[in-house]
Amino acid sequence: MLSPTAVMYEDEVRRIQEVADQLAVDSRARTILVVDKNGQLIAAAGNAHELDTTSLSSLVAGNVAATGGIAKLIEEEEFTGQFHEGKGISVHLSIVARRIILVVLFDKNTTHGLVRLRVRKAIEQLEKIFAEMAQRPQQPQVNVFAEITDADIDNLFND
Amino acid sequence: MSFINYSSREINCKLVYYGPGLCGKTTNLQYIYNKTRPDAKGKMISLATETERTLFFDFLPLSLGEIRGFRTRFHLYTVPGQVFYDASRKLILKGVDGVCFVADSQMERMEANIESLENLRVNLQEQGYDLDKLPYVIQYNKRDLPNVVPVEELSEVLNPTKVPEFEAIATTGVGVFDTLKALAKQVLTELRKGG
Ligand SMILES: Nc1nc2c(ncn2[C@@H]2O[C@H](COP(=O)(O)OP(=O)(O)OP(=O)(O)O)[C@@H](O)[C@H]2O)c(=O)[nH]1
Ligand SMILES: [Mg+2]
Repeated sequence: MLSPTAVMYEDEVRRIQEVADQLAVDSRARTILVVDKNGQLIAAAGNAHELDTTSLSSLVAGNVAATGGIAKLIEEEEFTGQFHEGKGISVHLSIVARRIILVVLFDKNTTHGLVRLRVRKAIEQLEKIFAEMAQRPQQPQVNVFAEITDADIDNLFND
Repeated sequence: MSFINYSSREINCKLVYYGPGLCGKTTNLQYIYNKTRPDAKGKMISLATETERTLFFDFLPLSLGEIRGFRTRFHLYTVPGQVFYDASRKLILKGVDGVCFVADSQMERMEANIESLENLRVNLQEQGYDLDKLPYVIQYNKRDLPNVVPVEELSEVLNPTKVPEFEAIATTGVGVFDTLKALAKQVLTELRKGG
């Protein structure tokens, strides 16, 4: 298939959300984002509502894509993570199951060591969820979009 | 790759504006950004050089409204048009759902248009996409300039498969939304097929 559609169901998103919520508590980080490699936000926890998560997701994905490109050029395996230390807030990025980026923003309220430790556990849980998702049938039982009409599409632009 | 989230009831689609350097890709996004209601758009991000040339990408998230209870979101990206940024262009094409090729109508940019279109085809192929099977529209931009190639001629050279094509003046917005709508429509129609 040329451009497959990624589908995520409610219980899958809920399980991913639970992992993010738990990680926010355990790591004492400020914000957790789970982003797919194309820059779509899947789950957010902590004080994410105070941030522009759409912009963050796109930039994080761009960043990971760029470093992935560098890895390829120097014939290195994809880097498994990145760490950017700021004065107030630091960023810890990890690649999960080759297709997801786990982003942790943290401050002086915790340590990089604790964050790394808790992230490791969260990654294991996320990998399990994504492995199960890869197993399930690709197409949704009912394609809700099979029914959309040209009028539905036109209506989107009429305002 | 469109992304359907049954939990938040959202569809996300990625549209990429491609074309030679200075053809007006960033200007298209800027116009769309300026003319879109605040509640229907997010921040526009431009990773650009000091001379305002796109260095990595521009990004503009739009939220168009609902179809069958699903919020439709379009993530618009531009690539850097300058030839030597090819590695970055390839990265931006990952996961693309629809492409708009922006051509520069000026006579002296004809070679650059042809080269960029060829480059688009090759870069898509490298990732397993076929331009002829992807939602795809063409825009002939800068129609306000004096030294432009006639549209018939542009169409003959750049649009042999006759995908939807639009004349535009991105700086004043002529044709900008027509182009976007045509592309968005193709992408949603593709979704209907269950692609
Ligand atoms: N006269 C005229 N100028 C235009 C038009 N569209 C864009 N421009 C101008 O062309 C220049 C380049 O436009 P950009 O939108 O930055 O071009 P780009 O395709 O993003 O270029 P790169 O980022 O280098 O790939 C700017 O000075 C624009 O104002 C148009 O329709 N008519
Ligand atoms: Mg640009």
